[in-house]
Amino acid sequence: MNPTPASVTQAALARHAAEPGALLPILHEVQDALGHIPREVVPQIAEGLNLSRAEVHGVVTYYHHFRAEAPGRHVVQVCRAEACQAMGSDALMAHAAHALGCHTHGGHGSTSADGRYTLNPVYCLGLCASSPAVVVNDKLHARMTPAKFDKIVNALGADA
Amino acid sequence: MNAVTVYVPRDSAALAVGADEVAAALQAECARRGLALNLVRNGSRGLFWLETLVEVATPQGRIAYGPVEADDVPALLDAGLLSGAAHALCHGVTEQIPYLAKQERLTFARMGITDPLSIADYEANEGFAGLRAALALAPAAIVHQVLDSGLRGRGGAAFPTGIKWKTVAAAQAAEKYVVCNADEGDSGTFSDRMTMEGDPFMLIEGMTIAALAVGATRGYVYIRSEYPDAIATMNEAVARATAADYLGDDVLGSGRAFHLIIRKAAGAYVCGEETAMLESLEGKRGIVRAKPPLPAIEGLFGQPTVINNVISFASVPLILARGAAFYRDYGVGRSRGTLPMQLAGNIKHGGLVEKAFGVTLRELMFDFGGGSASGRPIKTAQVGGPLGTYLPESQWDLPIDYEAYAAVGAVVGHGGIVVHDDSADLSKLARYAMAFCAIESCGKCTPCRIGSTRGVEVIDKIMAPPSPKTNKPQQVQLLRDLCDTMVHGSLCAMGGMTPYPVLSALNHFPQDFGLATPDREAA
Repeated sequence: MNPTPASVTQAALARHAAEPGALLPILHEVQDALGHIPREVVPQIAEGLNLSRAEVHGVVTYYHHFRAEAPGRHVVQVCRAEACQAMGSDALMAHAAHALGCHTHGGHGSTSADGRYTLNPVYCLGLCASSPAVVVNDKLHARMTPAKFDKIVNALGADA
Repeated sequence: MNAVTVYVPRDSAALAVGADEVAAALQAECARRGLALNLVRNGSRGLFWLETLVEVATPQGRIAYGPVEADDVPALLDAGLLSGAAHALCHGVTEQIPYLAKQERLTFARMGITDPLSIADYEANEGFAGLRAALALAPAAIVHQVLDSGLRGRGGAAFPTGIKWKTVAAAQAAEKYVVCNADEGDSGTFSDRMTMEGDPFMLIEGMTIAALAVGATRGYVYIRSEYPDAIATMNEAVARATAADYLGDDVLGSGRAFHLIIRKAAGAYVCGEETAMLESLEGKRGIVRAKPPLPAIEGLFGQPTVINNVISFASVPLILARGAAFYRDYGVGRSRGTLPMQLAGNIKHGGLVEKAFGVTLRELMFDFGGGSASGRPIKTAQVGGPLGTYLPESQWDLPIDYEAYAAVGAVVGHGGIVVHDDSADLSKLARYAMAFCAIESCGKCTPCRIGSTRGVEVIDKIMAPPSPKTNKPQQVQLLRDLCDTMVHGSLCAMGGMTPYPVLSALNHFPQDFGLATPDREAA
């Protein structure tokens, strides 16, 4: 049985609401459990922390890490920062966008039409001496090439 | 036969090139062959081109093999890996590898040598000696040691750490805080990440000493969400330090309390700015605060707060353990001690190089780095992160020293060095700097919020194909005026320093902007 957004949020509130500055830990816990922060839990969090909905919504939308929409089944991040650019990450990003059927207009990510992949730019993974670097479903990969990228993506298998 | 100790790093730069797979292959292959193995997951030595760097303990010392892939393991064992035998991937005794032997590792002395989560390893390598020394001192004497060491903030601003601590110590409040800024968002930097993953007790010890010095009882470490391994390691290290009474209600029986909380950031670059970080810790949008009041007077939750970077705190235990003079004796001018520098980008031998201040960029890029990874000539290096300048070859012989860099308008910052070869287009990198600022600006002040977007547009006009309607010198002047407004009118370094990479690109590489001569003369 999958936990509901309301029950996940209730558990996160119960665990953190008494801490000073509890909003970020609560949002992390909700997103870690659900993959995103559904709009319907915003009023619940606001009430639990005695904040306005606008304040909670403002925080969710301010931080790049938090997502209001469910991502694709596989989340791929490609580093676009300078050290990775120096080792060809622009070309790698273009390759990834083509391979996954995603676009990266305006510096933001997107999800492929079939909902299989979400591709996001990321600004530094701290692997700057092993550039370029990517993250595929929370696993780091460094010294990436288009050929290695394809191998990793193909190994994800046909899940749907 | 005794089990042979083999080290396979757990640093995320090693994991990202297959260290877990190497460790698994070693265990499986040794088990199959009936060889007794004592596998230790150490931190990284910081020689990232050799990762996964496998080390074997032998009577001659630790012998290094790298870069090892899981597929190499059977052949390495055939060749006699467990006795440190010769092989194409063997580099001899680790400590004698020139890249390491030429360094002055003070802060990173334990890095890659110990199991990061072993308190016994930490204690056996001078760990907690600084805290024990601090517990025997009055708070003012601790502050004095840090002042005397000449330590300046390693996060980038280079403000004297001791003066900050003195201010917080003098402030009267029921609750004070110690906050570590581990939002290491600069491209080309990873020394904070290595510290948290590879020697976490050093950071905990440094923060605890700070708490004793200023009278704080609670601390926070604000770690970027892009560093999940660092967050996990720090959480575990705090739990172990608490269980061993290095943290908690009664630190080592002193009657002094210090509780440390790990907080995960959420991917906003500007939260590396200290007041935006405080807002974020308080559960709000990471919007920069106007200063004054200084955080040392009114910081987290309105209380006096010490805020330092990971490397600043990590430098403190040694200063207390060996004395301020020991640390101060390294370095040049007003830049005392050592800086863990990070060689990154298009560099053959990228990694962590800790040296006393005074080393030059040329020494780092060629003597340590071995030139570019691509084999092409190096064109420039950006020093000090995305807000640092691009240094042309004429500046590569300057000593790395806060004042010497400031004299040419450059910054040492957090010690990140991103190398670019001659295929780099500096107009694109300048445009990127403005675009990055537009994405990451908190939006509070106009020069940063609007200026960055206008900056992208002006650079696009400069780079557009020539037409009778474009007046290139005018657009260049416009870009300079815009940069001037951003430098002098922004609330924090985000907008205030974004012009540094832009103007250095324009001044030193005018040809990349289609300007035949340095545009100062042309305009």
